[in-house]
Amino acid sequence: MNKRVLIADDEPNIVISLEFLMKREGHAVSVARDGPSALEAIRGTRPDLVLLDVMMPGMSGFEVCQAVRADEALAGVKILMLSAKGRDTDIAKGSAMGADAYMTKPFSTKELAEKVRELLSAA
Amino acid sequence: MLSAPLVLAASFAYLLMLFGVAHWADRRARAGRSVIGNAWVYTLSMGVYCTAWTYFGSIGRAASSGLWFLPIYLGPTLAMLLAGSLLRKMIRIARTYRITSIADFIASRYGKSRTLAALVTLIALVGILPYVALQLKAIASGLTVLTGTHGGSGPWWSDSTLYIALALAGFTVAFGTRHLDTSERHEGMVAAIAFESVVKLLAFLAIGMFVCWGLFDGPGDIFARAAAQPALSGLSGLGGESKFAGGQWFALTLLAMLSVIFLPRQFQVMVVENVDERHVQRATWAFPAYLLLINLFVLPIALGGLLHFGVGGADPETFVLSLPLANGQSLLALVAFIGGLSAATGMVIVEAIAVSTMVSNDLVMPLLLRLRHRASSDLSGVPLAVRRVVIVALLLLGYLYFRVAGEAYALVSIGLISFAAVAQFAPALLGGMYWKGGTRAGALAGLLAGFALWSWTLLLPSIAKSGWLAIGFLTDGPFGIALLRPEQLLGLSGLDSLTHALLWSLLANAGLYVAVSLARAPSAREATQALLFVDVFQRSAGAPVFWRGRARLAELQQLATRFLGAEPAQRLFADYARRAGLAGVERIAPDAQLVQHVETQLAGAIGSASARAVMASVVEEEPLAPEDILRMLDEASQVRALNRQLESLDRLKDDFMSSVTHELRTPLTSIRAFAELMRDDPEMATEQRQQFLGLVVGEAERLSRLVNQVLDMAKIESGHAEWRNDQIDLCELIAHAVQTTAEVFRERGAVVSVQQPESVPTLHADRDRLLQVLLNLLSNAAKFVPAGSGRVEVRLTVDARAAQVEVADNGPGVPVDQQQLVFEKFRQGGDAANRPQGTGLGLPISRQIVEHFGGRMWLRSEPGRGACFAFELPWTRQQEETGA
Repeated sequence: MNKRVLIADDEPNIVISLEFLMKREGHAVSVARDGPSALEAIRGTRPDLVLLDVMMPGMSGFEVCQAVRADEALAGVKILMLSAKGRDTDIAKGSAMGADAYMTKPFSTKELAEKVRELLSAA
Repeated sequence: MLSAPLVLAASFAYLLMLFGVAHWADRRARAGRSVIGNAWVYTLSMGVYCTAWTYFGSIGRAASSGLWFLPIYLGPTLAMLLAGSLLRKMIRIARTYRITSIADFIASRYGKSRTLAALVTLIALVGILPYVALQLKAIASGLTVLTGTHGGSGPWWSDSTLYIALALAGFTVAFGTRHLDTSERHEGMVAAIAFESVVKLLAFLAIGMFVCWGLFDGPGDIFARAAAQPALSGLSGLGGESKFAGGQWFALTLLAMLSVIFLPRQFQVMVVENVDERHVQRATWAFPAYLLLINLFVLPIALGGLLHFGVGGADPETFVLSLPLANGQSLLALVAFIGGLSAATGMVIVEAIAVSTMVSNDLVMPLLLRLRHRASSDLSGVPLAVRRVVIVALLLLGYLYFRVAGEAYALVSIGLISFAAVAQFAPALLGGMYWKGGTRAGALAGLLAGFALWSWTLLLPSIAKSGWLAIGFLTDGPFGIALLRPEQLLGLSGLDSLTHALLWSLLANAGLYVAVSLARAPSAREATQALLFVDVFQRSAGAPVFWRGRARLAELQQLATRFLGAEPAQRLFADYARRAGLAGVERIAPDAQLVQHVETQLAGAIGSASARAVMASVVEEEPLAPEDILRMLDEASQVRALNRQLESLDRLKDDFMSSVTHELRTPLTSIRAFAELMRDDPEMATEQRQQFLGLVVGEAERLSRLVNQVLDMAKIESGHAEWRNDQIDLCELIAHAVQTTAEVFRERGAVVSVQQPESVPTLHADRDRLLQVLLNLLSNAAKFVPAGSGRVEVRLTVDARAAQVEVADNGPGVPVDQQQLVFEKFRQGGDAANRPQGTGLGLPISRQIVEHFGGRMWLRSEPGRGACFAFELPWTRQQEETGA
């Protein structure tokens, strides 16, 4: 199950840990460090899954998600939103914007890996 | 023909059903599941505009003069499309000041004048009586057609119309006066009225379809056949055989426009019973749509009836009954009658409730208060009793009018007389909502003149034409003075009597209102009410309280108990105490705010003019001068500004908490992720493990830095920080700071140079805190200078007043739009991808420290040419300015 995963987060250390985790799961990983470049990477490479941070410079994860969902051609891209804001309203906003799943930071690596597996196998 | 008992039984069954609807809605309301909190119900309840007059009368009008029935519907449609904002303003004013009737509205606007309230009530009462009579007439003639018995004649005790009037009275009493509510809302009644609007619409449409497609081959067929008959061909045009009478159309449309807003029952359902201002938005198009639907078949039914019975063959006003009857559709005729009954009952119920509120509050209460001014007697039951009596009296008077004048006049003409009466409210009410200069005297003069001219030019002629007055004054003028002839006043002729009456009465009314208002400046009380009304949208929050004087809590409580009853009064004060955050009712300060609140609540129960009067009797008031009002306005706007500031502080605090949460979670995320990765993978390469451990340690350090700084910030902001008062040699302190950061700069390959005078005076401040500021500025500079070629200059300059320290670097600088932001919490400079690690709190804390010692901190930067952070500290600080 070799899938392509895009990690969109502006925290270098979180990127390092997510990158390691995804590679260990056997996926090909690419990285974007702000909103606009995340959207560009999604449009350019159409990854199977995006781990999308909400608070990013340039363009928030919500905005990226909304833009992706507005684009028919990107319908196959799964989106898992990650946010250090865990309030119910944020989670609701995430699913309203069309995210497939929402996890709060700090996350359990095991749960994250499971959620990723689940999303990718459903595809 | 149907048997009279059957029709009466069906009628009472319908009324019982209506009662069921009202009861159900009241029960739902008590259970908190209101059915009237809905824009559709609101719109349908406005359908009470369409009375028996619509149902029977407009067909009569169409049958006699073609499209002349239309202005009565064009007017409201125009009014709704144009006056949405007017309606919203009326609703907001009524809600804010607990206004429960149109008399109260006008009286309250002009300084809570009792005289004005009584006058408006009187005009409404006299004006509305013919209208009530009209409903009774409609039911009576409907019964006649349906059963063949004749109502409205014979001895009064055998007249079924009388019993219908009494039944309606009983019904209205049961509907509208079950309990006294200070907002005067009747959920059950509104639901029942909305239900009636549906019933009459469906019944009318059913008849229309029956006539169009059951008796003829569709509307086209009817119009074609009518066009073929010379007697009918004129009816589908404007103004019959004569030319199009533009002036009369305009007058009728204007009249209907004003009526849809100023009729007491329209005011009741649109303003008093409104539960949500936003409902107005839907009503502005949905109500005209309702009117369109209910008028769709007027002309086809009228023409169809004339074709069927021949001109003069049957009374056009009962075509909806006689057409189905003549064709053997007795069930449909019964449905049509029920529809007409619903139109009549809806009007009677709402109008009677509205008028009884006005009479009770504005005519009877003031009299009672004058007669029984001992404060001890409990009056809380009086308003309801008065209203019940008024409702029964209104219906009986309506019946009397019907017996006296009903036969002589067609439905439409009676209705128009009422319309013209309530149109007199327009100048005082509209002027009062938009013009602060209008005065009580102006409103009184205008209303009196308008009412007098209405009586002279419209009411008296109608009575005379019914044969109850000698007709001589109509044709020759009173005492033979031709200029005063009611229908050709001052020789004005060539207009129909209605246009003529409307022109004169409104002209005199509006003219006197403006002229008398302009003659004298408003009094203090008028001016305050003018402000509260005209600027209601600006003042909804933190409304100014225009009152000064002394009151005693016990007396206010006594007063409230007297008019509202013991339990509601207790609740009123308990709620007030709770909202003010007080421990109990006894803690309430009897200030202007409380007086205003109690008076507003009383106004809901007994009208604002009476409330004003009873309030004045128990409190010691000081008169207000115009400059007092200006000052109070000013205070209110200051309170509003303070409120806004508090709100934005609250928001800032929320933002801060949310940012802190986010900032704390971010390093925690990395720490947890790396720790779990290492735990789950014992085989991990040592090198990899070392890298992760290094990152964990780094993130843990960041976390503790963050926690320290957040605590630091919180301490400083809450004023709990400890500040020492050291004697500081700034030269030595700068040297110390540079030395402490030397290692960092060496790593980045940067050079730090210091420029300072030989010696500087001693500064009194907290040494550790100032060191913290310097270290923060230096470490920021270290983060942003280019690796290998960084240059940082620290400059100390002094003058007589203050010492100034600058830390300039040759980094990328700060873009202009971010220069203010860097001092805000959690706003880090630099582009995010390779932003140096920081907490986003260093600069805000530094600035707070500097400001604590009476100094200031700023940033000077041109992008691409480095950043220069600087602060200055005065030698002597002003303790009282900085606080502690």
